[in-house]
Amino acid sequence: MTRKRRRLILIGGALGVLAIAVALMLNAFRDSIVFFNSPSDVVEKHIAPGTRMRLGGLVKAGSLVRGDDLKIRFDVTDGNREIAVAYQGVLPDLFREGQGVVAEGALDGSGVFTADTILAKHDETYMPKEVADALKKSGHWKDDYGRRAAMPAAGAGK
Amino acid sequence: MIAELGHYALILALGLALIQASMPIVGARHDDPTLLSVAVPAALAQFVFVALSFGALAACYVTSDFSVLNVYENSNSAMPLMYRLTSVWGNHEGSMMLWVFILALFGALVAAFGGNLPVKLKANALAVQAWIAAAFQLFILTTSNPFLRIVDAPFEGRDLNPVLQDPGLAFHPPLLYLGYVGFSIAFSFAIAALLEGRIDAAWARWVRPWVLTAWMCLTLGIAGGSYWAYYELGWGGYWFWDPVENASLMPWLAGTALLHSAVVMEKRGALKVWTILLAILAFSLSLIGTFLVRSGVLTSVHVFATDPRRGIFILAILVAFIGGALALYAWRAPLLKQGGLFAPVSREGALVLNNLFLTCACATVFVGTLYPLALEALTGDKISVGPPFFNATFGPLFLPLLVAMPFGPLLGWKRGDLLGAAQRLTAAAFIAAVAIAATFALQHGGPVLAPFGVGLALFVMIGALIDLAERTMILRVPLNAALRRAAGLPRSAWGSAIAHFGIGVTLLGIVVVTGWGAERIAALKLGDTIDIAHYRLTFDGLFNRPGPNYREVVGRFTVHKINGDLLGTMEPSRRTFPARNMATTEAALMRRGVSQLYLSLGDPAPDGTVPVRLYFKPLVLLIWLGALVMFVGGGLSLSDRRLRIGAPRPAKMPAAPQAAE
Repeated sequence: MTRKRRRLILIGGALGVLAIAVALMLNAFRDSIVFFNSPSDVVEKHIAPGTRMRLGGLVKAGSLVRGDDLKIRFDVTDGNREIAVAYQGVLPDLFREGQGVVAEGALDGSGVFTADTILAKHDETYMPKEVADALKKSGHWKDDYGRRAAMPAAGAGK
Repeated sequence: MIAELGHYALILALGLALIQASMPIVGARHDDPTLLSVAVPAALAQFVFVALSFGALAACYVTSDFSVLNVYENSNSAMPLMYRLTSVWGNHEGSMMLWVFILALFGALVAAFGGNLPVKLKANALAVQAWIAAAFQLFILTTSNPFLRIVDAPFEGRDLNPVLQDPGLAFHPPLLYLGYVGFSIAFSFAIAALLEGRIDAAWARWVRPWVLTAWMCLTLGIAGGSYWAYYELGWGGYWFWDPVENASLMPWLAGTALLHSAVVMEKRGALKVWTILLAILAFSLSLIGTFLVRSGVLTSVHVFATDPRRGIFILAILVAFIGGALALYAWRAPLLKQGGLFAPVSREGALVLNNLFLTCACATVFVGTLYPLALEALTGDKISVGPPFFNATFGPLFLPLLVAMPFGPLLGWKRGDLLGAAQRLTAAAFIAAVAIAATFALQHGGPVLAPFGVGLALFVMIGALIDLAERTMILRVPLNAALRRAAGLPRSAWGSAIAHFGIGVTLLGIVVVTGWGAERIAALKLGDTIDIAHYRLTFDGLFNRPGPNYREVVGRFTVHKINGDLLGTMEPSRRTFPARNMATTEAALMRRGVSQLYLSLGDPAPDGTVPVRLYFKPLVLLIWLGALVMFVGGGLSLSDRRLRIGAPRPAKMPAAPQAAE
């Protein structure tokens, strides 16, 4: 076998594996991408029921209703629109009314968003970036969202 | 006072880093031994000052000096000493200090133990190391200074994020950073080789121990982080394909590829240019990992207190180092001579295959992690790329790698005998087939793919054992002769076989827990029972328990086997931390062999019912034990004689590589 032929085999193999990887990725991109939407987006884009997506916004104060068997309903709002969310399961530790939330699932026929995942965050000061952007877009962003509690009077200095 | 000393020490370290970054390079260009000799003492001194600075920060934490803003924000005097100490790196500023500290430590180790390195290579490598150090020290001093004071010192600190108040914080970040930063050594050596424009097989031997050390720490760091997330987050998952996890997985994949290609380079002088590229990529991915975690550009379950403004600075570091390194590579790599021919079916060929699949798998993770960023920048659409994407891309690429893995070590260098290797693996294939059939027979209408996964895991494990059996000829020669052969076997051979075995162990854990794990979610009243697998849990009530800096509501559950044997109690809890008004869930784990029962508590309702999540995780501990086995394998390989005694002169190439025919 000549040096040239060996190199060809090597390059051919490399391109082959690369092609497989690219094909796998393109295929996966078609099937498994989930879009993020704010409640306003959901209304404006007329998203069809059953389309898997992420819904983000603030949990509307006073909207949380707990039912039997760990069933939960609450409204997600971006200040302009609201979407009712239904979820069954244990809520993450940082789930609170008035706080940011990201839910994953799909709209059902009656316009209720059925979530199978409510995303949990590690940090009480943390506002999911998508939620922050959506709030800014709808004009309901407040500067203290996601910010640490005010520092002691003098602030930082030497 | 201590804080100011720490701050000053860091400034001095930056000065030293700048000297270390410039003098040796100039010295190497002009063959000036005086300038070249600056590198070693500068690296050592820089380490001393960085260590002083890091020590000063740690001292502020241990003594709870709340006049330091960073301590005030992340510590509390009620915390146990261990958490006061580990909270040094439980925040952005402190973790960057740890990063720089480990970077300086590695630099000092090269300076101290690199006695047999060629002077120029060593000086250049230390200089590159100092560029990185200077960039990050500047980053800390200008954007993330941990030594800032508060004028009116508060009496009490704001406490460490409760999720981080865990022994995991003591091990996970340092190990991960040892891995990330360890790859900087390979990077520095690669750049140094490119600057010099020459490279030989000995380069691989010098770099290998550092890569191996970094790889071992990263393996353990990732596994440790995964176990921590598993028991702390309360949803029983050990890997979420989260951007931050991917950020640590990518350097691991590139590092694993580097580890293997360096073998080819060392033994056969081939793949030089490729190995250099991998060395650059492994560290570049580590930098990208740091950027992803620190900048907050991606939504992640593991991100703590981020600040986008800092992201810009890290992005600049990223562009400068990765862009600069790749440009230098494009310019200088053609100067490096290729060497060592081999047939496609050979040990080298197998290692190339390994590299192909690892880098492609790494590329899919890279694309999946960064695609949302790119799409948002281009179209404004926000998407998330979750587990389905990675399962559909990473999985199929790893599968052939695992199938091929046992074959590699059985093939000879230069030209291998695939049929012979296959024959020697017959036993492994046979046992795997029996295992597949047996699992199908034992389960009733369970998952279809999982039995094949079990078979593959066994094939990988037994394949590794066959590799050792072949080398010691244990079944073919008398036992004591085989033992003598085993003792004479290089430790690196033991190491690689054991590490490969560990991959199989981890795979077995993943397959079994995915295929046969069970989950129950329920709301329980006092006295209610809940069944899972062959266990029955009874809810015996809630009680309160005080903690050092938290209050705790504990649920008590009695665990029986379905047939009645009492196994013990499980006590999951919810902790409330008044300093931050935050709650955390502490899952209860009951170990049964290497399987676990996993129980976590939701927020109790006013009427006394508690929501619980209960999981049965069969063989789950194998996932992390496998990583431990890989770590041990790496350690054995690291202790190999040829790495300890250092590299010989770039010996005459064994009769200039000839074409095999």
